[in-house]
Amino acid sequence: MQTTRLALAAAAALGLLLATGCTTDTPTEPADDATTEGSSDEWFVQAEYDAQLAQRDIAPEGDPATPWLQAIEPEWVDTGEFTREGGDATVCFSNASVSNPWRVTGWITMQEQVKVLQEAGEIGEFRTSDAGDDDDQQISDIQAFVDSGECDALIISPSTTATLTPAVETACASGIPVIVFDRGVNTDCATTFIHPIGGYAYGADAAEFLVENLEPGSKVLALRILPGVDVLEHRWAAAQQIFGDSELEVLGDEFTGGDAAEIKNIVTQYLQRGDVDGIWMDAGDGAVAAVEAFEDAGKPYPVMAGEDELSFLRKWDETGMTAIAPVYSNFQWRTPVLAATMILRGEQVPAEWILPQEPITEADLDDYLARNADMPSLHYAKFGGEDLPGFPDAWRDR
Amino acid sequence: MTAFAPRRLSTTALIHLALAAVLAVGGAAVALDGGNLFATANLVDMLTRTSLTGFLAIGMTLVILCRSLDLSVGYVAALSSLVAATTMDGQAANVPLAVALVLLVSGLVGAANGAIVAFLKVNPFIATLGTGLILKGYLDTEYQGPAGDVPAVFQQFGYTRIAFVPVSALVMLAVAAAAIGFLRSTRTGHHMYAVGGDVDVARMSGIRTTRVLLTAHVLCGMCAGLAGLLLAARFGTGSAEAYTNLYELDAIAAVVLGGTLLLGGKGGVAGTVAGVAILAVLDSVFNVMQIDPFAKDVLRGAVIIAAVALYARRQLDRTARRPRFAATPRRPS
Amino acid sequence: MTRVRALGAALQGAGTVFLLLALTFAAIAVVNPGFFEAPSVMAFLKQAAPLVVLAAGQYFVVVSGNFDLSVGALVGAQVVIAARLIDGVESRTVPVMLVMLAFGIGVGLVNGLITTVLKVQSFITTLGMLLVLYGAIRLWTGGAPTGDLSEAFRTPGRLGITGVPLIGQIPWALLIMLAVGAGAILLMRTRFGRILIASGDNELAARLSGARVDAVRTAAFVLSGISATIAGVLIGGFAGVSAQVGEGLEFTVITAVVLGGVALGGGRGTALAAMAGALAIEALFTLFNQMALPATLRPAVQGAIIIAAVAYAARRRLRPAPQPTAAPS
Repeated sequence: MQTTRLALAAAAALGLLLATGCTTDTPTEPADDATTEGSSDEWFVQAEYDAQLAQRDIAPEGDPATPWLQAIEPEWVDTGEFTREGGDATVCFSNASVSNPWRVTGWITMQEQVKVLQEAGEIGEFRTSDAGDDDDQQISDIQAFVDSGECDALIISPSTTATLTPAVETACASGIPVIVFDRGVNTDCATTFIHPIGGYAYGADAAEFLVENLEPGSKVLALRILPGVDVLEHRWAAAQQIFGDSELEVLGDEFTGGDAAEIKNIVTQYLQRGDVDGIWMDAGDGAVAAVEAFEDAGKPYPVMAGEDELSFLRKWDETGMTAIAPVYSNFQWRTPVLAATMILRGEQVPAEWILPQEPITEADLDDYLARNADMPSLHYAKFGGEDLPGFPDAWRDR
Repeated sequence: MTAFAPRRLSTTALIHLALAAVLAVGGAAVALDGGNLFATANLVDMLTRTSLTGFLAIGMTLVILCRSLDLSVGYVAALSSLVAATTMDGQAANVPLAVALVLLVSGLVGAANGAIVAFLKVNPFIATLGTGLILKGYLDTEYQGPAGDVPAVFQQFGYTRIAFVPVSALVMLAVAAAAIGFLRSTRTGHHMYAVGGDVDVARMSGIRTTRVLLTAHVLCGMCAGLAGLLLAARFGTGSAEAYTNLYELDAIAAVVLGGTLLLGGKGGVAGTVAGVAILAVLDSVFNVMQIDPFAKDVLRGAVIIAAVALYARRQLDRTARRPRFAATPRRPS
Repeated sequence: MTRVRALGAALQGAGTVFLLLALTFAAIAVVNPGFFEAPSVMAFLKQAAPLVVLAAGQYFVVVSGNFDLSVGALVGAQVVIAARLIDGVESRTVPVMLVMLAFGIGVGLVNGLITTVLKVQSFITTLGMLLVLYGAIRLWTGGAPTGDLSEAFRTPGRLGITGVPLIGQIPWALLIMLAVGAGAILLMRTRFGRILIASGDNELAARLSGARVDAVRTAAFVLSGISATIAGVLIGGFAGVSAQVGEGLEFTVITAVVLGGVALGGGRGTALAAMAGALAIEALFTLFNQMALPATLRPAVQGAIIIAAVAYAARRRLRPAPQPTAAPS
């Protein structure tokens, strides 16, 4: 009885819905050639690798004092169609997550930048959603922003490259300016795509440093966070290229989940089996734990590539070890909101906005330590927010 | 499952009331905030959120009714999205084959889970955690990233909607209706309650308990396969990374929110759908109100515990009214 | 009589884990004979200690018929609390440790009371607690841990008694692990332990015989909270603060306990075997590392071994038990 009633109700509801009209939100332009590149199982693309390595030596356009506004070989595009009078624009931001310290640091910087623009009357409301690293959730988030029809500009920090492509295309098709940053998507429909040089350059900076500073035949251990994430896979792909051409021996590559205890455990076991002369990491989370493993085992410090996380920089300074901190420029979190206001003013922006990405070396270690002296240990040195009014409290007392 | 006490609400009705209450409170909160929870955009958002968890939770209901559990559904969904996307390979003509293959593969994983639980007598928590790990190893080794290409036709499944109702939500509701029918009107469906209630009594009364358990697991696997198809349609490609989202815990939370007992034997799919909806409404409300993502986790956790505590209270009252089992001790015949 | 049989069954279930442990160590010995030198064995035990301590805590909860899924989040929360409150000041170490202990007990108490008084199934209680802890701790620190641990705080997890002849360094973590292990085993021999097992084995019978089932079950959650606190001190000491600390530990530790022959649903298994299960898991991870097994394949091998081991134990348990008369008295 209840089943029949349920079925009847369902049929009635369906009929009603069909009568009220059928809509589809599928991206209008089918992505044919774009997706094939991203869906390749192989992470290494020679042309992209060569391009990124070359970009490291190209002087970016713009003021070096504001690296977040610099751009490498920009191709300026006209954004007149998006010009909006009157200020107080509603800017929406679909964030992949704030699930690691790098993203937390950047997220604070972005919010502080937004406050400045809000006081200037350029941005009115700043709406955000956080997908908690769930691609499907982020697709819904983007759809909700587009469907609300209230966003004057949409900023997207995609969780995964290939999977967010259809959603970004939908957003582009809605006619508002779309700004993608950090990880990319397999479509160039966005008004601008903001990112530092990229994963290959990061991995290469680290690997080249090890090759230069270690004797031929030395042994290197690679510590990686997790498989399958393109920005991280590119780092490792570049490192494999460079190690492959060198006389260093790669002992192994291990996934650590960025967990300090796991890192220390793995390094300790490698040290128990033999010497490790160098450590390559695809991200600096837990780098200090790796260094401590050497201390606790009574072994000499390795030549090390970490990241610009302060805990590592401080340990490096303390121990005087030979190290480099490759940088995945955290200040890129300022750029998207600035780009949004530029676009809404009708100013030109680079179609692909490539930000500088320079590692921190022995030479500028002291400078970055002094600048960030008050900051917590899981803060990123190149966060680029020193001139914002909220500095230093917003990052320190969070 | 029907409540015989006329003046007391059935658990399912209570859960639908809870859903209405959540909607009302959420709507009021959003309105105070100056928004409208029932604007088309928000309704679409809410309903879209129900589809994915819905598929997983429907399957999960069946295994939980049998006093089992499936912690591998997130991995099965990720695997299914890859099987779908790589089989389709951008060709609309391959869609039927891909769907069939996905259902086959996911059903087989479900069968493996069922067999390990039913024949090898491994606790379902460990058995499905183990198959989940095996799948994770396979996915990490075999697919280094997103793979395959879903043709535009099939992407419709993830994006088309009729008025404000996404097609995926309609398909989910259809599957739910089928599951309700299955549980209410088929013999295997009835047996699931018996197996979950007391497996020994069920066996003694002539039910082939292993077969029932196996069926539940196969169906649960296939529901996870449907979730994988939806993921593929939404992503336009297959993604191994989808397993990192702990969908299985969401699904279990939805099932329990829907009034199904984790110890089996009691509950149903209608409640589960309401449970899924409650979670989706919460998420939408949090989203519209721009709640801090971490505060979201806290609220979610608190709501789940509070809701289940409420149901438990009711069930306690009800058992207290029944003649006590202890008065007539069960004797093996 | 039933107790004799129950004991026999428990030992049979537990036999599998010691077999697995022995096989794993044998395999490690084949791959790398050097592993069994004192320093590396000590390093292994130091790094395994937190999981063993957690397994002891989880054992109490599982054997009484419940789950505690909140321990991973609790370990993470404790490390973050320690870093933020100590903030590098040595003199705060002990007071903060006391605060952590109180927090651990509090979380366990809340878990226990919600489960026993409000009758929420422990899977849901502790899943909710996991979400609450995960979110609350990040809300409190703005997303990523702040502050620093003191040297004194790091001592138990990182250092040890040095200069011991033949062995070199005996890690404090090992001593703490042994103390916790001994405590757990002794506790299970008391009246409390017997009631705990009884309430997991047959709740109704335990209640009818006048046992305070709810009280012992709540106490089990509190013990689990304390063990997570100790594990937090050890892990934080071992490796310092990181944002990911503790993630996923709940599943590893429940797997460890089940591997030790403890039945989910309660009433069966020993604390010693549960802790051996934790050692076996750590030994497996070590073996994978020593074999240089490709990192992506490891979860698959781990999953297969766990299923096989638990299925093997189940088979042994299902075989008809020896006649009670044949059992030595």
